[in-house]
Amino acid sequence: MTTIINVPHSLEDKSFEQVLDQVAPLPLDEKIIVDTRHARWASPYGLTALLALAQSRAERPVLYVPEAENVSTYWSRMDFFKHAAELYELQGRVRTTKAAETSVLLEVTSISKSDDVHDVVDKIQQRAQDALVKNLNLDAKITMRFTMALSEVCQNIVEHAGRGGWVAVQTYTWRVRLGGRKVVVIAVADPGIGFRQSLESAPGFQRKERWDDGQALEETVMRGASRFRDPGRGQGLAGVRRFVGNWDGKLSIRSGTARIAVLPKGDWDEDEPLVEDLSYFPGAQVQITIPEHVA
Amino acid sequence: MLRKSVCELYSNLVTRPTGAAVRCEIEQELDRIGDRALTVIDFSHVGLLDFSCADEIVAKLLLQYVSIDAPRREVYFVFRGISESHLEAIEAVLERHKLALVTQRADGESRLIGIIGLEERRAWEIISQLGTGVGADVADAIGLSRVDADRMLDTLWRRRLLIRYDNAYVAVGSATVESQPTRLDA
Repeated sequence: MTTIINVPHSLEDKSFEQVLDQVAPLPLDEKIIVDTRHARWASPYGLTALLALAQSRAERPVLYVPEAENVSTYWSRMDFFKHAAELYELQGRVRTTKAAETSVLLEVTSISKSDDVHDVVDKIQQRAQDALVKNLNLDAKITMRFTMALSEVCQNIVEHAGRGGWVAVQTYTWRVRLGGRKVVVIAVADPGIGFRQSLESAPGFQRKERWDDGQALEETVMRGASRFRDPGRGQGLAGVRRFVGNWDGKLSIRSGTARIAVLPKGDWDEDEPLVEDLSYFPGAQVQITIPEHVA
Repeated sequence: MLRKSVCELYSNLVTRPTGAAVRCEIEQELDRIGDRALTVIDFSHVGLLDFSCADEIVAKLLLQYVSIDAPRREVYFVFRGISESHLEAIEAVLERHKLALVTQRADGESRLIGIIGLEERRAWEIISQLGTGVGADVADAIGLSRVDADRMLDTLWRRRLLIRYDNAYVAVGSATVESQPTRLDA
C-alpha cells in the first residue's frame, strides 16, 4: 500500500505538523509519496525536515517535486534536490539555475561528523557579516555569536543524534508576524534518537514519575541536563539560549511528540513555551530565529 | 618558555574533538617542560571559539592543574588575546566549573575572570600591585587576621592564580609580558 502525503503550500515549522499528522500513523515500511507539487514556499526548517522525514522511513519514499518554476529553482539553489535525490525517488521536473541566491547564508548541508561542523562554520562566517549587519541592521557583535550558536546546534547532531542530519540558514522577510521585518533563520533537523532517549542513555538514569518528550526537552533546554556525567556538558544549548535572549530571538526545539520554545521578550511571536502530544517524529528539529533590528 | 602552534588544520576552534586535540597537545608540551611551569596561551589568532571547545581547551586544561588534592603538576596559565566573543565562551565554562583564570591585555595589564570571591580578588590585586607579597600585606590591607590572610593566599595558590616563591607570593600575569606564548593558531 502507498499513501500520499500532502505537503501544505507554505512549508515551515508549524505547517510541517500537517505532514507529520499524516505520516506518524503509518508503519515505517509503508511506501509514502510526499507530494510537494503545490508548494509555494518552504523555510529552511521545512526543507531540512523533509530530508529527515525521508531518512526516518524504512522504505525509500517518492517525492513529487514542486510544479512552480520559481519554487523548484529556489529549492535547487538551496541544494535541497542534491540531497533529496539520495533519499527520495524524485518524480517531476527539477529545475536548476546557476544564479546565486543572496538570501541563502547556508544551503542545506549534511552534518554527520565533527569536520562537517568546521566546514559549516568556515563557510557561514564569510557570508554572515553582510547578511546580519547590513541587511538586518544588527550590531557587528552578532556575527561571532551567531556562528557559535550555529556550531553548537550542529554539534548536537554529531554528539547525540546517532545518525546524520541537516542544517540550513537563510534570511527572509517574515510577513505574517513581523509586519515585513526580515529575519535570519537557522534550521537543524535529524531523525536520530531524540532528547528523551539521549537522556535515558545516561549512566544511572532513573525515570521520573512523569517522564516524556516534554520533560526531556525541559530538562535539557531549560536546566542544562545531558546524558554525560561531565559537568561541562550541556553548555552548548545554554549558550544558544543566552544568544537568542540577547538578540530578541526565538529558539524552538521539537523532539518526539513535544516542542519547547524559548520565546522572545518582544511580542513578535505568539508561540507556546511547551506544546505536547504532537504527532511522533524521531530525532530533533531545531529552529533559531533572529529578527531584524528596528530602531 | 613555550611556543607552539596548534590546531593548524582548522580556522576556528569549534567542536569538542577539536578542543580535546588542542588540549592534549598543550598537555604533552607541558609534560616535556617539567614539574613547574608558567604557560601563556595566546588566542590572538583564533577566530571563533565555541562553548564546547572552550570547555575542552580552557576548563578541562585548568581542572588538571588546580585540583586541591592532587594537581597534575605546578603549572600556571596566563591567557592572552581574548576577544569579546572568546570571553563569552570562556566565562561560561569557568562559571560552570567554578574556575578562575588570569587574562592579560596587549599592554600587559592582567585581570582575573571567572568565579572568584571579592576578598580573594582584592588579595590577588594587592599581591599583583606589590609584585611580591605575603599574608601580612593582605591582612593589613583588607582587614583580615594573619591566619585568614595566609589561608586565602594558599587557596589562591592552589587555584594557580598566585605563584608561591621563596615563602612569598607573586601574582600570575605580573611577570609574563616578555615570555613567548603557546599560540592557538587560526
